Amino acid sequence: MTMETIEKDLLPDEKLTAFYEANNQVILSASSDVLNHHRTKALENFRKLGLPKYRSEDYKYLDVPALFRKEYTNYITPGRIEFQIDDIFRCDVPALDTHYAILLNGFYHDHGGSLLELSNGVIVGSLLEASRRYPELVARHYNRYAGLKEEGLVSLNTLFARDGIFVYVPANTTPDKPIQLINIQMHEIPLLLQYRNLIILEENSTAEIIVCDHTLSPQPFLSNAVTEIYAGAGARLNYTKMQNQHNASALINHRYIYQERESHVNSTAVTLHGGIVRNNLFVRMAGEGGTNISSGLFLTDQGQHVDNFTWVEHAAPHCESRQFFKGILDDFSSGAFSGRIVVKPGAQKTNAYQKNNNLLLTNDARMNTRPQLEIYADDVKCSHGATVGQLDKDAMFYLRSRGIGYEEARFLLMFAFANEVLANIPVVPLRARIADLVNKRLRRELSPCNSCPMHCC
Amino acid sequence: MLVIRNLKAKIEGKEILKGIDLEVKPGEVHAIMGPNGSGKSTLASVIAGRDFAEITEGEVLFDGENLLSMPPEERARRGIFLGFQYPVEIPGVSMVNFLRTALNEHRKYKGLDPVSASDFLKLMRQKAELVEMDSQLTGRSVNEGFSGGEKKRNEIFQMAVLEPRLAILDETDSGLDIDALRIVARGVNKLRSPQNATILITHYQRLLDYIVPDYVHVLYNGRIVRSAGKELALELEKMGYEWLKEESEAL
Repeated sequence: MTMETIEKDLLPDEKLTAFYEANNQVILSASSDVLNHHRTKALENFRKLGLPKYRSEDYKYLDVPALFRKEYTNYITPGRIEFQIDDIFRCDVPALDTHYAILLNGFYHDHGGSLLELSNGVIVGSLLEASRRYPELVARHYNRYAGLKEEGLVSLNTLFARDGIFVYVPANTTPDKPIQLINIQMHEIPLLLQYRNLIILEENSTAEIIVCDHTLSPQPFLSNAVTEIYAGAGARLNYTKMQNQHNASALINHRYIYQERESHVNSTAVTLHGGIVRNNLFVRMAGEGGTNISSGLFLTDQGQHVDNFTWVEHAAPHCESRQFFKGILDDFSSGAFSGRIVVKPGAQKTNAYQKNNNLLLTNDARMNTRPQLEIYADDVKCSHGATVGQLDKDAMFYLRSRGIGYEEARFLLMFAFANEVLANIPVVPLRARIADLVNKRLRRELSPCNSCPMHCC
Repeated sequence: MLVIRNLKAKIEGKEILKGIDLEVKPGEVHAIMGPNGSGKSTLASVIAGRDFAEITEGEVLFDGENLLSMPPEERARRGIFLGFQYPVEIPGVSMVNFLRTALNEHRKYKGLDPVSASDFLKLMRQKAELVEMDSQLTGRSVNEGFSGGEKKRNEIFQMAVLEPRLAILDETDSGLDIDALRIVARGVNKLRSPQNATILITHYQRLLDYIVPDYVHVLYNGRIVRSAGKELALELEKMGYEWLKEESEAL
């Protein structure tokens, strides 16, 4: 059932569809009606769209087909893995007690029930199990937002998705603790993982969600993961994501956020470490008076590549969106930012803002940034700005003239640059913990992730 | 303490310092005056270690050691302090973190343990009082959003914390009103001791009403054209710098 069984001279797209056709009975029978319902259409879409072509408009700096050309086992059935959560996982965020859910290689890791159902109606657990137990609830949202922008990789995910994490917060409810979602990748062979998360916040609910992506074994992993987030009217969500994977990993991450009237979503993604990381963020402001704050920080060195792509769509009037992305690139690493603000006809009084600042520490590091505005309404306020620069020489001299050594002065300035993004993380202990990790990362003291004893979240 | 011999420096191919000789001994206060563009700030920056000028000739010795081969941080740890004409804003680096890091680097150099958090805060409060600096400012990022006067006061504050042996104050008086000037001068005077020396770089005589120098040097066109006692400053105040031009053109 591995990819190798499919003929090698096929294009990666054809390999994937051939693999699906050869294995669709296995996928369909182990899945649920709700998830299966979308597969035929997904196959049709994927045939039409295929994998994004290198140098195409949205993938100018990332060769996706090349990633899929490598040999991975398409992990559609969870294998048995000896995994002792208590041995490996220790929450190191002080004063941060969470409800947590673990995805092991894209499948929910059962640690006392596949769905945690709290007394106030909050559900955290396996998407597969939720789609069986609450088919109507899941069907109402599943794959409804992931189509906001046509994307071959998302069709591919819908085609293969078997499990992922499901979070449901009923109307007017706040979970008693933050919810922590932990993606762990650990296996003896290279894997292709296509998990699917669904987060639903009904009207006037509030949630704090923390997501961590980790690799715990040194094998190459390719993830093509989709997360759909629905924020009902007046809902408030703080979503903080930390990516800490090893250099042989490739992570393509699609986050779709659909916001109803007067909802407020604040999401931050911190890429501490990773071989190749692509973060796609799609936001639709679908109801009046909503607010979206999206920020991102990445730190790269060696040959790492981090690509942030954002698409924020104002489809309703009186909404505000703010994007703030930063990167610090060392060695010969590379990065890309492509950010678009789309203001639809009628979305008057939109207030949209985007900023992208990057710091190159060497002459070999490369950064491409492309801010884009597309405006079809006349009474709006939109602005954007992008910079690629080096450490401020005057500031360096000022610090050194006070006795601070070159390395320390450099570090103080880098940390100050990074910390501006972290200021957007509303939970103080979490922000402090992430700041500590960024600090270690900048000092190159962060342990390589495949031997990481999970101290980082 | 500081000996400068025949110092020549170029910036972008243009000779700015054309052979400076200067000696500063412990306990002395020297004022270096001169019109704009005479090379005063270049001299200050070269002593502090900013690598923007090419030294073509001469030497700078501090305690008999070649200063020019040392990175700026080492010069600072040996006791040299530059009060900037234009203090740099560093968003995101807090005053507390900045100064504690700097102080601990100085202590490490002297073989001392890092200062404790409570001792450091006590020191900050005490030194802020000395320069009448609003203690709120120490909670902010370095110079960020400080007014011109606050920035200058912050320079003296840092000087008070780091206790240098040789302070070079580059146009610390420019942009200050009389009250601020008096406060800055009082700070400098309180820090004066028989072990320390100060070089005041100034365009105007005004500062010297408050900080009385032992020597006054006139820098013009990259050279020290006149050195004398404090009375030279008064003379300059009366006569301006025009006579200098005539004198040096006559040479």
